[in-house]
Amino acid sequence: MSRFQFPESIASRPVYGTLEPRPGKAHLMIADAEGAEALLDLAVRDPALVRAAHIIYIPKGTGESYVPRLEMCGPAQFHVAPSYEASVPRLRRVLTDAHMGLQLYLAGTEGLMGQAMSEAIEHGLPQRSIQREHRGSVARRMQCVHCKGITEDVTTDPFVCAHCGLHLFVRDHYSRRLAAFQGVRVDAEDPGNVPDPVELYQ
Amino acid sequence: MTMQFNTETFRDDYSFRNSDWAIRRFPFPFHEDSYMYSVNMEQHRGGPEGSVYEKRFDVDEHYVSEMHDRALVLAEDPLRCQSLPHMTLAGWDLLELIMVSKSEDYPDLFELHRDGNQWRWINKPLGIDDTFTFLDETTLPYGPMEYITRQTQGDFAVLDQREENLWMDAGMVTTQADWSLDFDIGMNFFEWHAPVPRAHEMGIFKRALKFLLNVQQGSPARRLNWTMTVNPRLDTSPENYHKWGVEKTTLTPENIGAKQHLRVELQTFFRLPRSNALVFPIRCYLIAFQDIVTVPKWGRRLHRVVRDLPEDLADYKGFIANRPLMLDYLSQYDDGLPTSPGVWPDLETEPPLQK
Ligand code: HEM
Repeated sequence: MSRFQFPESIASRPVYGTLEPRPGKAHLMIADAEGAEALLDLAVRDPALVRAAHIIYIPKGTGESYVPRLEMCGPAQFHVAPSYEASVPRLRRVLTDAHMGLQLYLAGTEGLMGQAMSEAIEHGLPQRSIQREHRGSVARRMQCVHCKGITEDVTTDPFVCAHCGLHLFVRDHYSRRLAAFQGVRVDAEDPGNVPDPVELYQ
Repeated sequence: MTMQFNTETFRDDYSFRNSDWAIRRFPFPFHEDSYMYSVNMEQHRGGPEGSVYEKRFDVDEHYVSEMHDRALVLAEDPLRCQSLPHMTLAGWDLLELIMVSKSEDYPDLFELHRDGNQWRWINKPLGIDDTFTFLDETTLPYGPMEYITRQTQGDFAVLDQREENLWMDAGMVTTQADWSLDFDIGMNFFEWHAPVPRAHEMGIFKRALKFLLNVQQGSPARRLNWTMTVNPRLDTSPENYHKWGVEKTTLTPENIGAKQHLRVELQTFFRLPRSNALVFPIRCYLIAFQDIVTVPKWGRRLHRVVRDLPEDLADYKGFIANRPLMLDYLSQYDDGLPTSPGVWPDLETEPPLQK
């Protein structure tokens, strides 16, 4: 089951919808891992839309599970990238060329959608041209408020900062610019007293 | 009166002190014996002589030492001052507003001489005498916002106004009550307020934003906010929480009067002329519990407010664990007598402590 209903939260925390076919001069679709399922669903509703699209897909841990099926939808351009970072130069190239009327479809993990969205906004794409659908892991991309390092794919609260090694608790406060949630030292008032990590949303 | 500037620290040995003058003019934030969030805004058109509300930008005995502390924070962490590229003009607007206000309001401390775009700025307390070209960044040692806010007490958020919202697109933030400019920069009014409990549900932010969007040039507004800080530390940033958080556990019945501080922010709002941005100075005033209770009315009232504050607010403000200790201390200064309405100390008319 790749869908997860996030509980209601604070105003900075993003909320996600379901990808809808929208009229546009060009269609860019970016997905990672189970995000592929959202694109496949979109292809069922509007096969012509996906045939006209440029798809950038990052399988992450899913290997080949979705690649052949995405290819079968016959997208105009189909690129499988080994990581989001590796796809960024291509993404920037596409966004630099984008004319008014580009529709951006993002699907998969919050980290992927957040980063691609902030890249698109930086390139001047209006927010109303961007849709997001969460699928798959509820892992979070976290910024350590102390050292500023980003830890990807955080699945527990608290977690250890991949950069400075502090134990951080996971806040819901979210920065669109950083495409990250905020992590704050959990044992600041009682050094060494670190609670056992719990899976997010357990 | 010529102002005497204290030599004091807001870290390490914490030598910060308030004089009797500073205690009496402290912006006590409670106008009644209880507290709840509200849209507490009024015009910023001066106030009683000598009060912190009198001048557009209050300068007090802590000025020089606060500016030294800001320089230390910035040297450690330059991300405390950031400005997105489109905010430079707003920075010049702010520089002008502060230079004009301070030179008019404190002519013995600050001078501004303008000849077209050639400006000379003299800041006597800090020993600065600079000549520069207005609107030409290359003639200043820092960007305009950073230059002037390194010389002005209080944090500054500079808000771009668009899409019927305010966007925190620039700021100088070194004396904050536990929020991060680096994290919040680029957010809108509702997003940066996201962590605040209750106020969203109470409709406060909707109404406050509506008010702010309509603030006109020449008609600034103001409000107070407050929290609690152990030790007179200005830089209670989340960045350094792993350094100051532990100080909250050092309170004892013996030291609480000296260590526990009420932290009050005088927040003002000015519309800027060229950029149409809104600037939000957040001026922090600290006072030790033992100094507050020298004003009998304030001692009585603070006890009642702290005692009756709802849990979620005490938790958000970060003093829930220390509340019992605070109440033990403050209850000694509450004899149950009624208090006069309003924030002023009323030393002549309020009775001394009856116990
Ligand atoms: C436009 C200027 C303003 C800026 C830049 C600003 C900024 C902030 C920030 C950064 C916080 C901390 C949030 C956190 O926990 O991370 C905060 C808290 C808060 N703000 Fe504002 N604010 C502004 C105007 C207002 C106004 C007009 C109100 C009016 C009612 C207001 C009410 C509050 C309240 C109630 C809190 C919680 C404070 C506490 O309980 O200690 N703010 N604000």
